[in-house]
Amino acid sequence: MSSRKSKSNNLIQAEYLSQVQRILRERFCHQSPHSNLFGVQVQYKHLIELLKRTAIHGESNSILIIGPRGSGKTMLINHALKELMEVEEVNENVLQVHLNGLLQINDKIALKEITRQLNLENVVGDKVFGSFAENLSFLLEALKKGDRTSSCPVIFILDEFDLFAHHKNQTLLYNLFDISQSAQTPVAVIGLTCRLYLKIFKEQLSLPAVFPGKIFAEKWNENVQSLSEDRNVRDVLQKHFNVSKSLRSLHTLLMLALNRVTPSHPFMTAADLMEANQLCSMDSKANIVHGLSVLEICLIIAMKHLNDIYEEEPFNFQMVYNEFQKFVQRKAHSVYNFEKPVVMKAFEHLQQLELIRPMERTSVTAQREYQLMKLLLDNTQIMNALQKYPNCPTDVRQWATSSLSWL
Amino acid sequence: MAYRPTRLRTRQTYSWIGKPLDRKLHYQTCKEMSVKIEGRLPEIDLQVGQFVLIEGDDDENPYVAKLVELFEDDFEPYSKKRARVQWFIRFCEVPVCKQHLLGRKPDAQEIFWYDYPACNSNINAETIIGHVQVVALAPDEVIPMDLKNEKTFFVKLSWNEKKFKPLPPELFAQLDKLQESNPRCQKSMEAKTKSTESPSWTTAEHVVKRIESRHSTSKSRQTPSHPVTPRARKRLELSNLGFPRTHNTRISQQASWASLESPGRMKWKVAFSEITSPSKRSQPDGPQNSSAALKTPEKAGEIQQCWAKDDKKASPDGCMILRTRVPALKTTETSEERTFTPVRGGQKSLVVPSVILKPENIKKRETKEPVQDEATSTPRPRIRRKSSLLTLNRIRQQLRFLGNSKSDQEDEEFLPVAEISDSDSEEEEASTPPLPRRTPSSVSRNLRSSMKSSLQTPSKTPKKTPEPRTPRHATPRIRSRNLAAQEPANVLEEARLRLHVSAVPASLPCREQEFQDIYNFVESKLLDHTGGCMYISGVPGTGKTATVHEVIRCLQQASQANDVPPFQYIEVNGMKLTEPHQVYVQILQKLTGHRATAHHAAELLAKRFRTRGSSQETTVLLVDELDLLWTQKQDVMYNLFDWPTHKEARLVVLTIANTMDLPERIMMNRVSSRLGLTRMSFQPYTHSQLQQILVSRLKHLKAFEDDAIQLVARKVAALSGDARRCLDICRRATEICEFSCQKPDSPGLVTTAHLLEAVEEMFSSSYITAIKNSSVLEQSFLRAILAEFRRSGLEEATFQQVYTQHVALCRMEGLPYPTMSETMAVCSHLGSCRLLLVEPSRNDLLLRVRLNVSQDDVLYALKEE
Repeated sequence: MSSRKSKSNNLIQAEYLSQVQRILRERFCHQSPHSNLFGVQVQYKHLIELLKRTAIHGESNSILIIGPRGSGKTMLINHALKELMEVEEVNENVLQVHLNGLLQINDKIALKEITRQLNLENVVGDKVFGSFAENLSFLLEALKKGDRTSSCPVIFILDEFDLFAHHKNQTLLYNLFDISQSAQTPVAVIGLTCRLYLKIFKEQLSLPAVFPGKIFAEKWNENVQSLSEDRNVRDVLQKHFNVSKSLRSLHTLLMLALNRVTPSHPFMTAADLMEANQLCSMDSKANIVHGLSVLEICLIIAMKHLNDIYEEEPFNFQMVYNEFQKFVQRKAHSVYNFEKPVVMKAFEHLQQLELIRPMERTSVTAQREYQLMKLLLDNTQIMNALQKYPNCPTDVRQWATSSLSWL
Repeated sequence: MAYRPTRLRTRQTYSWIGKPLDRKLHYQTCKEMSVKIEGRLPEIDLQVGQFVLIEGDDDENPYVAKLVELFEDDFEPYSKKRARVQWFIRFCEVPVCKQHLLGRKPDAQEIFWYDYPACNSNINAETIIGHVQVVALAPDEVIPMDLKNEKTFFVKLSWNEKKFKPLPPELFAQLDKLQESNPRCQKSMEAKTKSTESPSWTTAEHVVKRIESRHSTSKSRQTPSHPVTPRARKRLELSNLGFPRTHNTRISQQASWASLESPGRMKWKVAFSEITSPSKRSQPDGPQNSSAALKTPEKAGEIQQCWAKDDKKASPDGCMILRTRVPALKTTETSEERTFTPVRGGQKSLVVPSVILKPENIKKRETKEPVQDEATSTPRPRIRRKSSLLTLNRIRQQLRFLGNSKSDQEDEEFLPVAEISDSDSEEEEASTPPLPRRTPSSVSRNLRSSMKSSLQTPSKTPKKTPEPRTPRHATPRIRSRNLAAQEPANVLEEARLRLHVSAVPASLPCREQEFQDIYNFVESKLLDHTGGCMYISGVPGTGKTATVHEVIRCLQQASQANDVPPFQYIEVNGMKLTEPHQVYVQILQKLTGHRATAHHAAELLAKRFRTRGSSQETTVLLVDELDLLWTQKQDVMYNLFDWPTHKEARLVVLTIANTMDLPERIMMNRVSSRLGLTRMSFQPYTHSQLQQILVSRLKHLKAFEDDAIQLVARKVAALSGDARRCLDICRRATEICEFSCQKPDSPGLVTTAHLLEAVEEMFSSSYITAIKNSSVLEQSFLRAILAEFRRSGLEEATFQQVYTQHVALCRMEGLPYPTMSETMAVCSHLGSCRLLLVEPSRNDLLLRVRLNVSQDDVLYALKEE
């Protein structure tokens, strides 16, 4: 009886857990407009003010929102537009045009998109759209027709603004700003770009959950509260903040931690976060080195020594092979003296892993043994990787620390 | 406005009511006309003397006019049913620059008697939409406000393109009388059926339609939503092809083929050229005209009798068929046509004004038309649909097969986009592109297509003077706002409005000298009827374009006051072109309304400016952003500067660019020498000038402290002298002031503190803020870069080198050991912010890194904390 009850309890809990995960994942993955704005209230107020003036007074404005990736530029503008559209007098008045520099890669496409979003093709009826020039003059004529008081303000939102600046002659930008500076249809041009910083976010550290299972939700929130006071968690977050101030990378971190929550392990712990952080800050190349064979490790060590001796000059296979031979003949007891073709094979495998890189394009005629290569691993990286390398022969490890250890 | 059928949505049938009053050759007048709108009973009857609405370019506000005469004019190429009207003009149709002459606000339903004899009053009767009530009021009477009927207009004044005048008393009396004897508006169904002619006409129309549908199966599927317009358009084009368009060559040809035909026909032709020589349309307009009879030469009489049968069949729609077919009319065809035609009994013996059979008659008449007409025919630019192009090509090929190679060559060069809606008046323009010429024989053999093209051609726009009434075409516009824009509520908002760059100031302070120079230059060229070039340079925001616009505005006013000869003003902007050669297209389109490809437009323009016909007015061309018109060959600039040097061109070119030495720097010698020595350079504004500009904009508005204005003027003058920047800073300062002010109802003055803040915002380096706000790891990476640069003495380092430094730095500062991946992420992040210049990241460790900011800036930014 009791076991059955606990089982059903378990089931309920599992259900709750999956709901929690779903809610939080949604919050991390989508830029939900419900989430609060942190640290940009002043900018937000200013933006709203400008947009309102365009919408209500018909005053043309142009705004450039700059900030690094993940600092909430798009969220800011989405918030602002959403609030703006809730004002009734604005709602009926404003036309919006959203453009993205990654989608509208040249002015021609951008113009067509503007025409489409302004629903101007209805005016044209069945007129077949012709050349770029015709499009441009058509649109300019359309925008020129309006004046401050009578025509509907248009808000242009140019995402990835900097890419528009790469268009030929910057025709689109010139014309948009020209319109915004002359007595034509009122427009607000809002550019979003990541080329420069705006202001910075304070950390976002809260995992509140509105939830059906009340007791569970309370427990969860208590746990979150205690977590946020935990020293370790704070350390992890501080460390992460040191690396990157982007909201998105924080979301990635939290997502990783969240994925560790299971019915048997229902609440997030500090250890989860720490592990997630480790996962985030892992050196990917060192991981590759862990999976290499001893021969390949030996080759990498040989290359490291060559780099030390020749001061970062490029090397070729023959040099590496000689270095390896020296080691095997003088010192090694645990490493088998491989045939040259086998070593060559290992060498090519390293090249495929992009741990070494040819200096110039591989040509058919050049002999592969003499092609100049460079190592894409740092000394410290190699040493760290060797520390963790499972079952590393001692003589290899010694050789790695010093090329002269055999003397 | 109430529901008003437009041609796009409904079909309307127009027919005369009652017998024609008097018939002259090619010309019969009528008292009444009935308009039958498909799907709507009862019909509308229109009588002479009534006020009518006429379809115009604006569906919401159709033209208002008084019917003076209804007549059938066989000379008119596309529609025989014509009407002569006296126009009324709405206030919104008065040119904007003259609207202020009224001196008061117009009432909603007020219209003006249009007293402008040059205005063409001969319109196509089928453009009449319905009737309307017009009430004449004495100038001091108040327009009644209880307007239940929207279709009532009030007329108080007359407008003659110069000024508003009260209505002359006799006119007033006449209008008043009309109003009392307001005729019945609508007639019941049975009343109208008494007319004998209409049934037969409608059948004829049916026949005609059937023929047409047989020929145009390929095209009838086009755009079901617009059943009429596209097809009609195409037919127009086709008929242009089918028609011989220039008569001087034709007359010689005519002799040869005329001799092949019967002598009777020959005689007939002679008769007609006599008849038509007094131009009908050159007569002054007015109701009395209708009684002026045209005499029928006896010679023509007998011929006409033998052709009478055919003429009868010339129902309203049939007119065009005859015209195109006649030059080589074959007996088999005529008989075939006759079978379709119901013969009207009793009228057979009448001498009916015959249909125009020969195009040259039209030409003759046209040449007598007043010059006014040519301007009316600004053809509507339209994009031709593919299918029509296809058919066109097919027809062309056929024609080419029939010989006549010379004209075909011309024809091919001619881009068929310029659609000709009023085909008759167009060719008088000197600029007309080489029009297709066809010998009559080819036309006759190509009967099917030309017939198809000519059937049922509705001419849609009434011909009028260009200024207030332009032909309808779909002009794109942004939809108008639902709620009115709010007016500024307080002083700061008012100031902001005035400080906006778009606000057009009443005067341009500090540019008086430049204004005078440009004005004198253009005026002298206008007075001398010569051409010339001028190059205006200056950094952005120094008022170049504004000054030129002001000059043109003043000159336009002067030309209206007849102080300078009239001129045509065209403006092109290099930035608004997709490609330098597009400038030709734009100029040609603004000059003549034609559209052509860039190459073709260049030829047409060259022709126009090099060989000039008579009585052309001067053209003033403003080319903004000239440097964008640079091409490898510099042919665009060359042409722009070469045209004015021709004596006949009468072209004044004003060019604007930013660089002072543009002619020397990028132009070849032959180009810059044509540009001439008339140069003007706009100096950046000094601080006192900027101050003056601000003060003039903020006249009578106490929003700024005096010191504040001086401060911003000095700040901007020290940097760039850009007036736009100056205005923007002031505008921003008003925002800051409003924002910082607690009481929203009474914001204080904008002080120097506010302005300083705005200046700070505008001119502060964003890089430094960026570095200050970057994360710890990013900052230490920047330090590592600096350290590496100092170590190597180079301004560039590979990622690996920087990484080593970075690891050392982190160790020193007690930061956790940065892994390679993390550091790479930091590096690429800085690269995407453009604080660093980095190579593509596939180079990995060997990636080269450079600073995009000066080292001092980085040091300064990092030290601050």
